[in-house]
Amino acid sequence: MTWLLILPVLIPLAAAVASMLLRRAPRAQRVLNVAGTGALLVVASLLLAGVWQQGPQALQVGGWTAPFGITLVADLLGAVMVLITAVVGLAVAVYGLGSIDATRERFYYHPLYQLLLMGVCGAFLTGDLFNLYVWFEVLLIASFVLLVLGNDRAQVRGAVTYVIINLVASLCFLAGVGLLYGLTGTLNMADLSLRLAEVDAPGLVTAIAMLFVIAFGVKAAVFPLFFWLPASYHTPPIAVAAVFAGLLTKVGVYAFLRVFTLLFHHDVGVTHTLLLVVAGLTMVTGVLGAAAQQDVRKILSFHIISQIGYMIMGLALFTPLALVGAIFYIVHHIIVKANLFLVAGVAERIVGSFDLKHLGGLYKAHPWLAILFIIPAFSLAGFPPLSGFWAKLILIKAGLDVGAYVIVGVALVVGLLTLFSMTKIWNGAFWTPLAEGLALRPARRRGVMLMVGPVTVLAVLTLVIGLWAEPFFQFATEAAATLLDRTEYIEAVLGPGAMAATPPAP
Amino acid sequence: MHLLLALLVGVLFAAGVYLILQRHLLRIIFGLILLGNAVNLLVFTVGRAARLAPPLIPEGMTVPPEVTANPLPQALVLTAIVISFGLVAFALVLAYRAYATLGTTDTDALENDAPSPADLATNGRAPADEDAAEASPSSPDPVPSDDLAR
Repeated sequence: MTWLLILPVLIPLAAAVASMLLRRAPRAQRVLNVAGTGALLVVASLLLAGVWQQGPQALQVGGWTAPFGITLVADLLGAVMVLITAVVGLAVAVYGLGSIDATRERFYYHPLYQLLLMGVCGAFLTGDLFNLYVWFEVLLIASFVLLVLGNDRAQVRGAVTYVIINLVASLCFLAGVGLLYGLTGTLNMADLSLRLAEVDAPGLVTAIAMLFVIAFGVKAAVFPLFFWLPASYHTPPIAVAAVFAGLLTKVGVYAFLRVFTLLFHHDVGVTHTLLLVVAGLTMVTGVLGAAAQQDVRKILSFHIISQIGYMIMGLALFTPLALVGAIFYIVHHIIVKANLFLVAGVAERIVGSFDLKHLGGLYKAHPWLAILFIIPAFSLAGFPPLSGFWAKLILIKAGLDVGAYVIVGVALVVGLLTLFSMTKIWNGAFWTPLAEGLALRPARRRGVMLMVGPVTVLAVLTLVIGLWAEPFFQFATEAAATLLDRTEYIEAVLGPGAMAATPPAP
Repeated sequence: MHLLLALLVGVLFAAGVYLILQRHLLRIIFGLILLGNAVNLLVFTVGRAARLAPPLIPEGMTVPPEVTANPLPQALVLTAIVISFGLVAFALVLAYRAYATLGTTDTDALENDAPSPADLATNGRAPADEDAAEASPSSPDPVPSDDLAR
């Protein structure tokens, strides 16, 4: 069953190549895009089921044994991230059918979308640090082109910031990878985990860890490295923005979770304390930034940042329960955040603007849209019994358990301010009457229906996670246990007995 | 040898950082190129650059007869060079498009330029006339003359 591991990379690649060849047949490209993400969803479900039953799986590509070859690993965290990528990927692919214009389709929107998913899945499944860098670059270059596709003034302006800061972050990442290789002579993450325990240079290891904090911190948009996000995420078409908002920053958070549980766990006092401070500041600055905005997309962009703070808080507390909270939070957040962007897109399609000053009257005209907005919005703010409530509850319980009262207080206040922002959107877009001189466009059109369908599915998923949280909590508990224990992961990659065979640190 | 390389890496890093702190878009990209080379040299150097035999195994043997150079850092650097080549090419085209559509390469002006009303009206649904990679020199947007003079 290990061959399943390569499919989440191969399927999007095949779909991308095929639809590039079909440049002159947009209809075939659309079918390929949806079919490709659909196939990805099936494979990801099978993969997760397999990992759940049999523990972490590893595939040595080309038959070169680890740590010399290229390794793909799926543990519970990696597998669930691939699954959630496929869910959001499929939802946004369908949404894109109704909202992406023909010109963008002609200029390879569909293949680029598949390449982006390939990069994301590859990053979640790789077991090699250098390959993680390569997958980051794959998803970056796809996101660069998706971001500027259309050549709008605002898009070009946002892309300049986005491209430059992400290139600098990649260079930091590569420098860290190179230094780690110089220190240990290996890049396989399981092997690195063992070798780093033998390295007798704690200061050097912590210094390298800081390079990774900066690299992943830019990708995940944490304080004070987040400025590129609100400068760029509101510029591309809403389908692209939704998939960026849902998935891209979470690849950074995933990299944090992976590297700071598997590799850098020797000097928790320094690294994870720093992360805790960063987490608190990220939450506060994100939510305050959102309060100052009037454009729905900008409000939502700033909220991505503040929510990232919660996930980093789970990692920084570094207790089993806190990691459970972080994993639960990521899964919930990807669905909810992508969905909020998608709802904003539907509202824009009906009213013709993203600006709260122009939006209005939607509740009166389309109560169903108001319900579709209120589910993810309340979930984001942490209302019981929606998914965000459980995610925050676990994190706050974990914080109280270790007596980290400051960060718990920050998390609660930020939750309240999140509610303020969501109320602002509710008031501006749904409750107040439409500005004079503006008219709503009809919603019962094929394009709008294609957009509402995925929104509904994601909203139902949010409800399911919220009302039926027990299995998701148990799943996150197992995933966090694998992350903290490391043995299962390392033995899946290097073979049984790898932990015992290593000589103890001198 | 290592000391020289380490010094060179340091100089390249310093120059690269200095350049990306500039306001002109092209200088920033030059800074990125320098930083990229600095990182590549760093990876090469920490991978123990030394004058040793090439890592080849003669016919009939299963291990190399003598100590060989480490080929892995070179493979890493080669991959990184290819990736950074692609990214820098993209960044250059983007800088050109920024000049053509926004009429400036000064990053401060890029930030402060408020979007025009027409921009707001078509935001997100603007028809794409051309791919970013197929940039044409004639821009539909007016280019302010004072920026051209720079």
